[in-house]
Amino acid sequence: MKLVMAIIKPFKLDEVREALSSLGIAGMTVSEVKGFGRQKGQTEIYRGAEYSTNMVPKIKIEVVCDDDLAPRVVEATQAAANSGAIGDGKIFVLDVGQAVRIRTGETGETAL
Amino acid sequence: MMSFSKKLCGVAGAAALSLLTALPTWAQDAATAAAPVPDKGDTAWMMISTVLVLAMILPGLALFYGGLVRTKNMLSVMTQIGAVACLAMLVWVTYGYSLAFGPDASDGLKPFIASLGKLFLAGITPDSTAATFTDGVVIPEYVFVCFQMTFAAITIALVLGSVVERIKFSAVMVFALLWLTIVYFPIAHMVWAAGGLFFEMGALDFAGGTVVHINAGVSALVACIILGKRMGYPKEPMPPHSMTLTVVGTGLLWVGWFGFNAGSALEANGSAALAMINTFVATASAALAWMVAERVAGHKASALGFCSGVIAGLVAVTPAAGNSGPFGAIVLGAVASVVCFFAVTVLKPKFGYDDSLDAFGIHGIGGMVGAIGTGIVYAPSLGGPGGADYAIGGQLVTQILATATTIVWAAIGTAIAIFIAKAVTGLRVGPEVEQEGLDLGEHGERAYNY
Repeated sequence: MKLVMAIIKPFKLDEVREALSSLGIAGMTVSEVKGFGRQKGQTEIYRGAEYSTNMVPKIKIEVVCDDDLAPRVVEATQAAANSGAIGDGKIFVLDVGQAVRIRTGETGETAL
Repeated sequence: MMSFSKKLCGVAGAAALSLLTALPTWAQDAATAAAPVPDKGDTAWMMISTVLVLAMILPGLALFYGGLVRTKNMLSVMTQIGAVACLAMLVWVTYGYSLAFGPDASDGLKPFIASLGKLFLAGITPDSTAATFTDGVVIPEYVFVCFQMTFAAITIALVLGSVVERIKFSAVMVFALLWLTIVYFPIAHMVWAAGGLFFEMGALDFAGGTVVHINAGVSALVACIILGKRMGYPKEPMPPHSMTLTVVGTGLLWVGWFGFNAGSALEANGSAALAMINTFVATASAALAWMVAERVAGHKASALGFCSGVIAGLVAVTPAAGNSGPFGAIVLGAVASVVCFFAVTVLKPKFGYDDSLDAFGIHGIGGMVGAIGTGIVYAPSLGGPGGADYAIGGQLVTQILATATTIVWAAIGTAIAIFIAKAVTGLRVGPEVEQEGLDLGEHGERAYNY
């Protein structure tokens, strides 16, 4: 099993969710996060006092899928979240040791 | 217009009338000497104006200032504003009204303060009347007491704009009591009461540019310098926590300001109408002027710029409200706005004082521009209501003298009041409370529990 973790632009969330649903992904976890990379933050000015915010708001999506599906999830996410501009985000793929469905106690891929 | 006199003939007149009606032969004489009776229209307008000024304080100023501080200090600002306004109301009826508008004090003191003859509103009844600017037109004295009460309440609340996010609540209350007594009441007397220093000089101040705005602004500056900067200022970001609430507060202030300015005519008449239109157009021009100044300085036109411009325009038009033509007011608003923009974006950082919400930068500076500008826009050649023989030069000297006297009085009085408050309460919260926020540290609450 793989954990696909994607950090994307907030307004791309719906497109990514639809793309992954069409691959048969039945669930995901979404968080509002902040961070920085090459994209710099905005400058805010209040009555002449300038504050540069170096953290940019992003959305983090976490999806766990079986090994075969993982490349297609990555590919679909990359395609859907791409706006061609700096700050589109990153995708990380991690190995997952175990998965458990809390209600039934099922484990492994059947728990996904 | 500026010849307001506080002579109160209602009480004696009503008593005389009741005596005389029992003696029919004198009735005719009594009719000619009868005290004027308040007009219901004037009375209704002044009652509405009074509560409009209350709406400027709560919720207007509380939201305007509250939105500008950080989340952790929102409630402390609103609580301070509400509490000092209430304190001012009680002090006003106890001795403030008497010190400002009571019977004449001895000749030496008369220019600066009235006597305690109306302590606890002594002698005022529902039949008592207060004079307006028109001979023979009066309003009930209780209405006049209330109207002026709201001015005292908002002025002390305005001062707090420079000291938020670090001053102790107890210090605010002690300071407010002293400041009202030694700064506000004397200056209100000087400007508005017959026999008062500025009144006799012939200074033009329609709705309190000196008493309210220069006074509050200068006091705010002195208070914040003595109190010291907020921890982390100016390096740590301290952006407004809710510009939305600040815009809401700005709107309420503007609406309430019609009571403040047009109400200062004391009658529902043409002078009030002039004050009303000026309160619209000076403010509109100031709001746009601030945003233009932002663009010229290379920034984006901002919501806070809009709000700041609105307030700067309202402040500047306060002394000029019934003392200017609409186009004089438009120019005055724009000029005040640009000068205030310069004061808060260039002057303040240069000197490094932490006037947190720009009470001095907008009320102090805008008030001075307004007070001096009123001497210009009053001229009939510029569309003002002055007489044909109006001399700008002489009046400007008077306006500047009144402004300078207010600055000195407010600065010295504030320094005294703040040092006493410091001795009694310690003045400033500890670093932990300041870090955690005054809402929790001083009041035991949070503004937002999600």
